[in-house]
Amino acid sequence: MPDVQSMVVEFVNKLRKRKIEGSQATAKYTVELLRSVISQHRVPHANQAAALIDAVKAVGEQLVAANPVELAVGNVVRRVLHIIREEDLSLTTAAMAGLDLLDASDDDDEDNCKGIGYPAMSAAVVAAARSTLRPPSLQTLLEGTPESATVPYTSSSGADSESKSKSADKSSITRKLKHDVIEGVNQLIHEIAGCHEQIAEQAIEHIHQNEVILTLGSSRTVLEFLCAAKEKKRSFRVFVAEGAPRYQGHLLAKELVARGLQTTVITDSAVFAMISRVNMVIIGAHAVMANGGVIGPVGVNMAALAAQKHAVPFVVLAGSHKLCPLYPHNPEVLLNELRSPSELLDFGEFSDCLDFGAGSGSPLLQVVNPTFDYVPPNLVSLFITDTGGHNPSYMYRLIADYYSADDLVM
Amino acid sequence: MVAQKKGGGARVSEDAEEQSRQRLQAILLADSFATKFRPVTLERPKVLLPIVNVPMIDYTLAWLESAGIEEVFVFCCAHSMQVIEYLENSEWYSHPNLVVRTIESHKSISAGDALRYMYEQQTETSQILGDFVLVSGDTVSNMPLADLIQEHRERKKKDEKAIMTMVIKKSKSSPLTHQSRLGTDQLFIAVDPLTKQLLHYEEDKIDLAKGSVCLEKSLLDGNPSVLLFNDMQDCYIDICSPEVLSLFEDNFDYQHLRRHFVKGVLVDDIMGYKIFTHEIHSSYGARIDNFRSYDTVSKDIIQRWTYPYVPDINFSGNRPLKLGRQGTYRACDAVQSRSADVGASTVIGYGTKIGNGDIILNSVIGNGCSIGSNVVIEGSYIWNNVTIEDGCEIRNAIVCDGVKIRAGAVLQPGVVLSFNVVVGRDFVVPAYSKVSLLQQPTTEDSDEELEYAESSSGAADHLSGVNLQMESKASELGPDGAGYIWEVCEGAHDEEWKHSVASIPKDKLAEITQAIDDDDTEDESVLPPSGELKSDADSINTDVNDPNDDYYYFEKEVEGTFLRAIDENIKVDLVTLEINSLRLSFNMESADCAGAVFYSMMKQAVDTPHNSASELYRNASSIMGKWKELLGFYVKKIDEQIEVIMKFEEMCQESPKELGPVFTQILHFLYEKDVLQEDAILRWAEEKAGADEADKVYLKQCEKFIQWLKEASEEEDEDDEEEDS
Repeated sequence: MPDVQSMVVEFVNKLRKRKIEGSQATAKYTVELLRSVISQHRVPHANQAAALIDAVKAVGEQLVAANPVELAVGNVVRRVLHIIREEDLSLTTAAMAGLDLLDASDDDDEDNCKGIGYPAMSAAVVAAARSTLRPPSLQTLLEGTPESATVPYTSSSGADSESKSKSADKSSITRKLKHDVIEGVNQLIHEIAGCHEQIAEQAIEHIHQNEVILTLGSSRTVLEFLCAAKEKKRSFRVFVAEGAPRYQGHLLAKELVARGLQTTVITDSAVFAMISRVNMVIIGAHAVMANGGVIGPVGVNMAALAAQKHAVPFVVLAGSHKLCPLYPHNPEVLLNELRSPSELLDFGEFSDCLDFGAGSGSPLLQVVNPTFDYVPPNLVSLFITDTGGHNPSYMYRLIADYYSADDLVM
Repeated sequence: MVAQKKGGGARVSEDAEEQSRQRLQAILLADSFATKFRPVTLERPKVLLPIVNVPMIDYTLAWLESAGIEEVFVFCCAHSMQVIEYLENSEWYSHPNLVVRTIESHKSISAGDALRYMYEQQTETSQILGDFVLVSGDTVSNMPLADLIQEHRERKKKDEKAIMTMVIKKSKSSPLTHQSRLGTDQLFIAVDPLTKQLLHYEEDKIDLAKGSVCLEKSLLDGNPSVLLFNDMQDCYIDICSPEVLSLFEDNFDYQHLRRHFVKGVLVDDIMGYKIFTHEIHSSYGARIDNFRSYDTVSKDIIQRWTYPYVPDINFSGNRPLKLGRQGTYRACDAVQSRSADVGASTVIGYGTKIGNGDIILNSVIGNGCSIGSNVVIEGSYIWNNVTIEDGCEIRNAIVCDGVKIRAGAVLQPGVVLSFNVVVGRDFVVPAYSKVSLLQQPTTEDSDEELEYAESSSGAADHLSGVNLQMESKASELGPDGAGYIWEVCEGAHDEEWKHSVASIPKDKLAEITQAIDDDDTEDESVLPPSGELKSDADSINTDVNDPNDDYYYFEKEVEGTFLRAIDENIKVDLVTLEINSLRLSFNMESADCAGAVFYSMMKQAVDTPHNSASELYRNASSIMGKWKELLGFYVKKIDEQIEVIMKFEEMCQESPKELGPVFTQILHFLYEKDVLQEDAILRWAEEKAGADEADKVYLKQCEKFIQWLKEASEEEDEDDEEEDS
């Protein structure tokens, strides 16, 4: 335990000092940390799930408080809580009715087919897989009963190996909850690590020959996405808005050129002028809210408005760990962070403007350096997540698949 | 003495030593060894004073930790118990990445003493193992240190003598008051542009009236170019090699880090040690040295220049506040009346209640304060658990913990209320006054050298008796108040507004502007002391074009030429040729040549061994007789002749004993040899007649000679007339 505790403290420190940045890195750290919390947590015999939930919640609260702006932390904590709840539920339902389990695990396989391209094993599964061409939650909405509806959701976070073994070995009922949960968390880790590839696989469907793509700031997801299209012999051009004041667009441009893409760097303020030549705007999100709104690097809203004006599709790439079950009007959601003004101005150069002559004590010169922008859902054309493309209005359903309503407020 | 933290655990294995060599260490002086924060610091050490609701030391430690420092020695002196207690209860003692060790010494009264103490301790426990960072506990910064330490180490490897790297930051000082934003005096430094070596450091002796700074000439000899800055701010963040500690040990009179140590290394040139500078651009670094800098740094924190050490981020166990519109930070449980107007750049702490109709602007309000109705708070710093009753007015003041301000009281700008002071109903606290429950120490030392003497022990004793005293005595703060208004110590009165939290009053600014305008009208040649000095990027031209200096060199050259002429018996023609070429190369007048040639001859005469004045006269006359032609060549016109006499007089004044007695004789000799004409001598006499008594010594000496000359000329005139007629 002290080992985990020190890990938690260290991670909290890093989050506080803003030493870890980027949703994917934080999500990965968080989930790995939570895995060790779970694995080292001694569960009592009775009410195991509640004990685990409490332990995870306790750590989760610390992590979220350390950097409330990094929504991915809260998302991952909620995902893990959801996994615990679902595993608990599936174990109890399995214990109550062993036969039902078989159906449920079949459903599991369907979902896995969709997500990971797991080869169909039986005719029944193939038939079921066909039905999943329709969105799974809609299917459950229309066909499923409330009891069965909850079980398949495990699938999105449940491990396929686990479900395989579950269907193979019916004595799994006796297996300990903790083991299942860790399997589930491992699956989540795998999912977070692989989200770039999952998203990039879909690139070929969205980027066409001789198109012009505009992006803003730097995002690893966007980079992988564009490169995947390039690898498939699509030839297209990329406009990169530099993303002042951190100029991460410069880094992205460098990477893109290194991978052999035709790249043009423009200033953020030139976005509107260039948008008429652009076929599609692709950006990486910092977080996607439950209403389909997007939190992205500063300047994104301007790009979205420009895109709307010229009817250019505005596509947002987001790994599933970026889906946040909260709405932007929630008081817990800290939408933005103001970074140091020194990214804009040299303090030494402007120090004389900051004090002297003000008289009243408040400096006449103030500098605001927000990190993020909010794009309302009506400006977003399409979300591409690791589970496929989605409409903004569909986000809340997707989120309901990943999170339990009990965990929304931690 | 040394309270050690059990953590770390690095010294277990053999590798530990190797590791610890690489380990980054810092010495944090948790005492400023100054009295600028009195009376507040009589009751609480400066490093624990809150700045934007977080103790200063937390900013320093949080920064050191995130900059990769692994071990910090906190040197506690005044109120050491409070500092140690605070650290023990804080999260720093159990921090996984940072080992905090406290060192306590009550004897140290200056930074120098503290480092000497550290050095002694070090020999016992071998604590400081390599290069270390030296900061004081009131530093707020977010600069990265790892690269800088690496840079320092590499420089040290190349040059053994590079013992310190000093961090500087650009910050223009006010053109009027010559104060930096932090309230410190304008800093003037000289840096080698290539190596960044610090060559000159001037903090206090700048002659502002003249707008000039004196540099040593040797500074320019050794360096091809020098960068001068007057817009730099010293961050008081130093990367030091272990030699610094031993240097302090060797020079036991070093007290102040800058005034003594840096000056010592630069001026005295001890062992050829060198100090280098490092300028930071984007990151922040400042030391809270006085109330003015307290105000400035607070504002910088609120404006987020110190990111990530800002109030809405939980960087050191502080409870993060929520950042709202216009840069207001508010605790989630703060209660604010709807009718209250909380303006921009304001911080409101936990559990604070704000009443109806309050106006709060540009202020920081701590935790657990209760503020009544219709209170105006502007540009002030209210610490924790302060009670402010209805209708008070507080402008540009610092109000410490537990203070009660009764209804209708007014704090004028610049007021500092120390702990638990009570301001009576409707009482007006006059501007710039400092109020404390403690009486002002009677032996107030205005002498700067003595300001290190922080009376740490005395303060605690006073406290116990205070309450009794207060009740018996009607307070200086109204009938229901409690506290003493401190006398402003003499001499510091004028300076009070300079270091206060309040901004500089308009009338003071007007006064200074007036003074500068006056200066300008008096003397147009004086450079305006503002940024027009342009020292921020001007490198000084190394060959100095001072006419006096040039003449001096010319004279030397002529003398050398003349000596060679004597030694090698060169012909007069050739000597004149040489001297002429010298004249052209030094761009001199022919009168200057006359003076120089005469000077060389006389010098030669004086240098030839002689016993008496008459012998000296003989020497001089023989030399001049021999080189009469040379002298005659240059000394033709009346002007030149007068120049020669003046030169001679000057020489006599320089060595009156030797040359004094023979003045008249030589003058006579020159007259006889037709080098000097009587007109020249008479004109010289006329010129001199109006001079001071002191200058007339030689004139009097040759009074008879001149008299004789006058008579002779009259006779001549008569003769001429006779001849004419």
